Amino acid sequence: MKQAPTNAVPDKKRRSFFTQAAAGIALLTLAPGVRLVDLALGKKDETAVTGTVRWGMLIDTTKCAEGCVACVEACDTEHGLTGFNRPKTDAQWIRKLELEDEQTGKAHSLPMLCQHCANPPCVDVCPTGASFVRKDGIVLVDKHICIGCRYCMMACPYKARSFIHEELSEQKPHAPRGKGTVESCTFCVHRVDRDHTPACVEACSEAGHQAMIFGDLNDNNSTLTKVLGELASKQVREDLGLNTGVRYHGI
Amino acid sequence: MAIVPWLILMTALSLLASVELAGAQVLGNSRAAELDQCVEPTEFMRRNHMELLIHQRDETVHRGIRTKNHSLVECIACHAEKDSDGQFVSINAEGQFCQDCHVTAAVSMDCFQCHATKPDVNAQLTGLAIAMTRPNCQR
Repeated sequence: MKQAPTNAVPDKKRRSFFTQAAAGIALLTLAPGVRLVDLALGKKDETAVTGTVRWGMLIDTTKCAEGCVACVEACDTEHGLTGFNRPKTDAQWIRKLELEDEQTGKAHSLPMLCQHCANPPCVDVCPTGASFVRKDGIVLVDKHICIGCRYCMMACPYKARSFIHEELSEQKPHAPRGKGTVESCTFCVHRVDRDHTPACVEACSEAGHQAMIFGDLNDNNSTLTKVLGELASKQVREDLGLNTGVRYHGI
Repeated sequence: MAIVPWLILMTALSLLASVELAGAQVLGNSRAAELDQCVEPTEFMRRNHMELLIHQRDETVHRGIRTKNHSLVECIACHAEKDSDGQFVSINAEGQFCQDCHVTAAVSMDCFQCHATKPDVNAQLTGLAIAMTRPNCQR
């Protein structure tokens, strides 16, 4: 084909596109390490969550202090988990475990919470579809659909779920809870959606331990993935193939 | 007989009127009282608020959409009335915004078996405190 000589105009357009693109890139980089795109990462209220993010957590058991329950207390306060002085049935979204190696005597202290599995057994067994994995990896109970059958509680290898046995009042607006439904850690979904860290992570940090790191497992630049790249970490009951979002170091 | 449909129509109209007159009145000492209208026209809200709520509930729980206009938390934040001591009264207490109309219409609501009935007075403060102390979330 014969090349038409009248392609000067598209060329000019292309050139101006490149100039504008270069200007755009210059604008996005204000200074070394300070980029505007970082500021726009937070989710807007009107946008839905997507699978590009997978929320996860690393718990460094070497930093977790024996007897410290800052994370548990923060969770109870954040979600208004008040007990009825019945430890066997009172709601508990996060609990502290004190473990000891019988042979060596080495003691561990660690918080146990919903592990936010990628293949959660609680979702498999739920007869109504109330248990579900949100696109960003957070495992939740839709209490509007939950019939309180407690299959999920039996299926969960981590004993992470609680059933509400009593009528409740004075709930927190961001944490609706009611009799006859099952509940568990939500990764503080109401905070995460507004770009904050979960209450337990914040409390651990404020207590000076920094044993919990929360972040996006899919983002290679997140603090979480950077630390996961350096520290050896394990999933609890990795043999079950659940691909947990919560990982532990030092166990 | 031509009078039968007429009677039915009159009865239906009077029932509707009694619902609209007796309930759904914005209470004086609430944020809503200061506004011209709700998030949608009043007539629409009276008939369809439940549709908006059930839609928003799924959007929020499953998709993480947290817009405020059709959220139950915001309904309560705006419509809850303060008593003479400046304390919020439960929105489902007798004579309060939600309860009043639902009693008249004989429709029970089970929202408040789980959902908070009063606005969280500390919510904004906490949000601000978080923003100030922890500007960068560990993502």
